[in-house]
Amino acid sequence: MNFQLTEERQMLQDGLRRFLAGSVTHESIIAATESPAGFDTTLWDGLVEMGLPGAMFSEDQGGFGGAGFDIMVVFEELGRAGAPTPLIETSLLAGSVFGTPHQKLIDEIIGGRVFAFAHGEPTSRYDLSHVQTRAEKTAEGWHLSGAKAVVHHASAADALVVSARTGGGMTDRAGISLFLVPVDQVRLRDYPLNGGGRAAEVSFDCILPETAKIGEAGQALSMIETADARACAAQCAEALGMMETIKTLTIDYLRQRRQFGQPIGKFQALQHRMADVVIEIEQARSAVINLCGNLDGPGRDLHVSAAKNLIGRVARLVVEESIQMHGGIGMTQEYALGHFAKRLTMVDHRFGDTDFHLERFIRLAVA
Amino acid sequence: MDLNYTDDQRAFRDEIRAFLKEKLPARLSAKVAAGKRLTKADYEEWHAILNARGWLGVTWPEKYGGTGWDAVSRNIFEEEITAANAPRIIPFGLNMLGPVLMAFGSEAQKAHYLPRILSGEDWWCQGYSEPGAGSDLANVQTSAVRNGDHYVVNGQKTWTTLGQYADKIFCLVRTSKESKPQQGISFLLIDMNTPGIEVRPIVLIDGEPEVNEVWFTDVWVPVENLVGEENKGWTYAKYLLTHERTNIAGVGFARAGLASLKRIAGEQAHNGRPLIENPYFAAKVAQVEIDLMAMDTTNLRTIAAAAAGQAPGAESSMLKVKGTVIRQQINALARQAVGPYAAPFVSEALDEGSNVEHAGPAYAMPVTQTYFNNRKLSIYGGSNEVQRQIISKTILEL
Repeated sequence: MNFQLTEERQMLQDGLRRFLAGSVTHESIIAATESPAGFDTTLWDGLVEMGLPGAMFSEDQGGFGGAGFDIMVVFEELGRAGAPTPLIETSLLAGSVFGTPHQKLIDEIIGGRVFAFAHGEPTSRYDLSHVQTRAEKTAEGWHLSGAKAVVHHASAADALVVSARTGGGMTDRAGISLFLVPVDQVRLRDYPLNGGGRAAEVSFDCILPETAKIGEAGQALSMIETADARACAAQCAEALGMMETIKTLTIDYLRQRRQFGQPIGKFQALQHRMADVVIEIEQARSAVINLCGNLDGPGRDLHVSAAKNLIGRVARLVVEESIQMHGGIGMTQEYALGHFAKRLTMVDHRFGDTDFHLERFIRLAVA
Repeated sequence: MDLNYTDDQRAFRDEIRAFLKEKLPARLSAKVAAGKRLTKADYEEWHAILNARGWLGVTWPEKYGGTGWDAVSRNIFEEEITAANAPRIIPFGLNMLGPVLMAFGSEAQKAHYLPRILSGEDWWCQGYSEPGAGSDLANVQTSAVRNGDHYVVNGQKTWTTLGQYADKIFCLVRTSKESKPQQGISFLLIDMNTPGIEVRPIVLIDGEPEVNEVWFTDVWVPVENLVGEENKGWTYAKYLLTHERTNIAGVGFARAGLASLKRIAGEQAHNGRPLIENPYFAAKVAQVEIDLMAMDTTNLRTIAAAAAGQAPGAESSMLKVKGTVIRQQINALARQAVGPYAAPFVSEALDEGSNVEHAGPAYAMPVTQTYFNNRKLSIYGGSNEVQRQIISKTILEL
């Protein structure tokens, strides 16, 4: 057993933490999440310059990482700082479906190009096999028609990876294909999100050249599942980082806020609750470690569901208890807790919520 | 034991339903049902309709223009207006200040202010909390120094709900620093248009400026605006708080929330079936419904005791804790029910008549905002921690 990070990852963590501490402030987060891009473009350029997207890819792919623990290190730090970036969409969702034939696109990601990943649909909820968007082969090329829901960073991307049915029924595993679609070929209605950032409802009625297809026709679901598992790991690690920041803010507040003649942290009722929060955050850390250590193994999906269910439960506890222990100040937009609390809450609304993953865990554990 | 309402009570419920059917504007109930943003004019419109029927002062005796209803009747009324998606009755003038003036105000104050509360001429807000005095109200620092026939007020109030709409504010102010903190407090009525008052909005995590900071810089207030005696404000404040805690269980709001949750979960599909049929989700909805059914009865037991003349003590603290937690659980389930569409925040779509499209189904639009806004339920009106402390002291005698 060894739960120490390798020297390289320790250096990555230290460097990233220092860089983020120097470039991300509460004000910069708010400004970025309210900007048309929905993320901090200056910060993004800096992260690209330090090679961060490369940490999501193996050396064979031109990167310097790509394993579960690389994802963990990077996203825990991004979460801790509250840094708004399109790294999940670009490097993990899109980046995980671009295989060897698309090495050029991976090179572009490492160089800082932003992609969005348009897979979920208005009624698909969290079911990855539910795809109604269609792509039909015509004389001119692929005719793409349909709609995608809550596509993060769609308007900031210059191209979207879009899933569409080239065969099969609405929830069949077979028959799903992926296409690279330039953003000027789609209709976007973009909007802000709770917790910051932007997403869009995207609809399609366009003709794509044969070269727009990514991977083998009809066989995309397992690639999408891999991308989703990697994005889940990233999001869970990011959530862990946010929990650490919320924990620090709350402990500081318990020490400093006085009521009834003493710091509120002197009240045993609050001490015990904060102790529970700390215990649960350690559980969350272990779940993230389990997931990241099994991300390329046969038990991947079981660990995805275990981590996502546990993180969802702990996130709600951490958010609700931290707001409660802060009292009124925790309700305000202006104070840093609000941003972290909202973003952490929204973790349960992507890649499957606590119930979705509980159900899936039961199914996988029985199998 | 008889869990059934009397014939008179059932007839009363029918009378309220008939009134709501006829008088509650469909425009307003549609806004409330859809979770749209209500304006000051919306509240005023509804208050005026209730006042015209004599049903606005529901906690007031008839001699002051109120209904004279007992606790059971008030509860029936509350259930019906929430079920009908009427706008809530803004409590500051009606349920907080009104009873204090009736109990402790001068004849002149009663004659002047009470009719203006009913008519809507005055919109009151509450000046209790301060940055250093939230749940610890005895610690208020805003000072009122006597100067001839005026008090000169300096300090800062916070969490002033809907203060942006108010013409008047009732405040706890410090008139003496000499004795125990509770003893130097006075209860003062202040016109918001007096020079030296500044209202600054505080935007909450749901994105709405529901509360405000109110700053007082050398604000001259006539001494006749003092309620009761100088330095006795703590007594009046405590009296007000017991009134603030009426209907604290919020059974009607919980029921409306549960009904809306079930509608949403019936429309959301999960694996090709309605989400409400999913056993994991259904179990959580069922558990909160079971809790709500029991709380309804706990609430009625308290109300029946009150109607029989027993003063509610720590029961109101129990109802506050349980009632707020149940409402928060319902809000959290509604957020979960809308899935990925909990994330979009299209603020403009909350305005009546807005052409801005929301993202996803219309019912998904307000659920996350409601979830975040209602985190306040366990914080305001004496935080749930303070309520548990009251229970420990008064019932457990610990």
